[in-house]
Amino acid sequence: MPGPIQSIERAAAILRLLADGSRRLGVSEIADSLGLARGTAHGILRTLQGVGFVEQDGATGKYQLGARLLHLGTSYLDVNELRSRAINWADALAARSGEAVRLGTLLEGQVLVVHHVFRPDDTLQTLEVGALLPLHATALGKVLLAYDANATAALTQDQLEPYTRRTITTTRALARALAEVREVGWAAAVEEMTVGEASVALPIRGYGGLVVGAIGISGAVERICDGKGQPKSSLVAYVRDAARAVSRDLGVSRW
Amino acid sequence: MVERYVLAVDQGTSSTRCILFDHGGRLVAVTQREHKQHFPKPGWVEHDAVEIWHNLERIVPEALAQAGATPDQIVALGIANQRETTVLWDRHTGRPVSRAVVWQDTRTDAFVDELSRSPDGQTVRQRCGLPPATYFSAPKVRWLLDHTPGLRERAERGDVLFGTMESWLIWNLTGGPDGGRHVTDVTNASRTLLMDLTTLNWHDELLTIFGVPRQMLPEIRPSAETFGLARRVLPGVRISAALGDQQAALFGQTCFDQGDAKCTYGTGSFLLLNTGHELIRSTHGLLTTVGYKIGNEPAVYALEGSIAITGALVQWFRDGLGLISTAAEIETLARSVDDNGGCYIVPAFSGLFAPHWRNEARGVIVGLTSYVTKGHMARAVLEATGWQTREVVDAMNADTGLALKALRVDGGMTADNLLMQFIADVLNIPVMRPMAIETVSLGAAYAAGLASGYWPDLEVLRRNWHRAAQWLPAMDAERREVEYENWHRAVERAFGWIKPSERIRRPDEG
Repeated sequence: MPGPIQSIERAAAILRLLADGSRRLGVSEIADSLGLARGTAHGILRTLQGVGFVEQDGATGKYQLGARLLHLGTSYLDVNELRSRAINWADALAARSGEAVRLGTLLEGQVLVVHHVFRPDDTLQTLEVGALLPLHATALGKVLLAYDANATAALTQDQLEPYTRRTITTTRALARALAEVREVGWAAAVEEMTVGEASVALPIRGYGGLVVGAIGISGAVERICDGKGQPKSSLVAYVRDAARAVSRDLGVSRW
Repeated sequence: MVERYVLAVDQGTSSTRCILFDHGGRLVAVTQREHKQHFPKPGWVEHDAVEIWHNLERIVPEALAQAGATPDQIVALGIANQRETTVLWDRHTGRPVSRAVVWQDTRTDAFVDELSRSPDGQTVRQRCGLPPATYFSAPKVRWLLDHTPGLRERAERGDVLFGTMESWLIWNLTGGPDGGRHVTDVTNASRTLLMDLTTLNWHDELLTIFGVPRQMLPEIRPSAETFGLARRVLPGVRISAALGDQQAALFGQTCFDQGDAKCTYGTGSFLLLNTGHELIRSTHGLLTTVGYKIGNEPAVYALEGSIAITGALVQWFRDGLGLISTAAEIETLARSVDDNGGCYIVPAFSGLFAPHWRNEARGVIVGLTSYVTKGHMARAVLEATGWQTREVVDAMNADTGLALKALRVDGGMTADNLLMQFIADVLNIPVMRPMAIETVSLGAAYAAGLASGYWPDLEVLRRNWHRAAQWLPAMDAERREVEYENWHRAVERAFGWIKPSERIRRPDEG
């Protein structure tokens, strides 16, 4: 078993130091207090700043604890911020795939639609931002469940409402489906909520790989799926490109 | 078959972007580089034109690399640019005589005040369709000629050239001192205060008023035609479009029919209405401008409502008050309450633009009671953008005698659903966002592709436009009227804040 990781210990010490004081501290003060090289302290502070745990004062360049540290229990990414970071890529995805695009996040056991791009055929469509979708019967929902053990554990058998003949209605079958999502990296729901409709989705990741939402397309099953009833690989690739682009925009360095 | 692309350059106020589009108008590659903003004195804003040129030299090859394309796959290059920003450079060395004076720069305000009050001010209004303002190019040219020793003589000898950013970039792309073409397009020329709006030519009386020698002016060309072949950066590629950024957005939104309108929501917002071949002189505080001109076809005119502060108010809420940490969070905060709680914010930070044009107005927050929270203020911030749009649309309807039927929107603020719904509510017409949010670049690409035959006609471009989202009005008519009335009363309270005697005169002002 590997020993403690030095940089994490040092980061924790910096947070304690900032939490103790009533005033902001400069990088030299922090380095001196902990006996660190200035460059080392600076590197750790920059990383902590990147994840929102410390904030730097614009005028003095000194550091204090970040507001996000006080809200560790709540989602770190505002849903409206997520939309504004994703809007260009969601448009590109709709244009390439020819299908409607939705972005979803978890909200109290359901999928909250935070962004919706119309299918680019100029037919009459209604903006569904703010709508709630079931977790177990949509590709967006399966992605959000697959990477959130708490949300999965909270789902009980009687919440698995059958929408169609193909809806997953047992926790065991759902667990199997979610394991598969984690293995292949994407989720599909083929006629599991509405007969004749299919959807494909992938996770959007923030720093450290945290899944902050899901992006996906949905449309008529004959357009989304091939002859064998499987989502077309070209469409999955488009969704993957969009998910990666948004994740990169959110600061994920490698994905 | 090898894919071919159109390359658009968007030379903006804070950065220069290079975007490749395919035949479907889809974005294939984007590169961007910011340039430094110079603020040498209060009210002064300058850019280094050489830095901007070097940025272009870098981002074009980067965009090609991103798309895995070679220069021979580029059919044409189109430019959209920040408008009015003024560059003067030496024709022999290619070096700017000073830093570029940016559209936001107000160093010419004393001169402009004086001009507005003189009979010449009326001549300018009549010939150009624009009121004298520090915003436009000619006062900036005059200032540089007056304040740079020996410059006027050099300009009169024909050694110094004037241009807005597209002129500067085209001159450099086509060879610079070695035979570079010195041209501008009608949309950019229409923002100088030197062009006659009916003849689309430089006008002697205007040149005299501003003391600008004709020898330094570029040739005015249509927005879409081949200006020449690039000899640098992309040798051999046709340069076939140039438009001011807001006109490019009008084109990119495919507002090709009389009565089509778009609004671009950014730091400020610009609503342009296509008025067809008819030149409408506004009597309600709007600007008359050229929308675009394709080759030898007659020019298409537009009415423009310029709103100084929209997104900038959200930025102030974030940076000045620290009530949110990102601009997008304004929506989250605003949704924490059901209405504005009686609070109204008029963001007249440096006066009000269209349709009021009141320099002496300053921002106000009214209706404060102990009930009002930051959530209500967040609502008031967003509503200010909605009501300012409504005022401009009312002015347009009054000038044209027709009611606007729908509004096409673009720009960063269109990600804010609460705001877009509010705009639909207060205008009482549908608001539509297109799938391509990069409408400025797209407009430059469309114009360039049209001039080079990549796209056959406007109809094909129109078919590329797809609705990504639509907001329908849902506000009760009575509530709309009451709220609009409240907004008017708030605006009245912003007027007249700066007294004439208190106008701050800087020591260097003539």
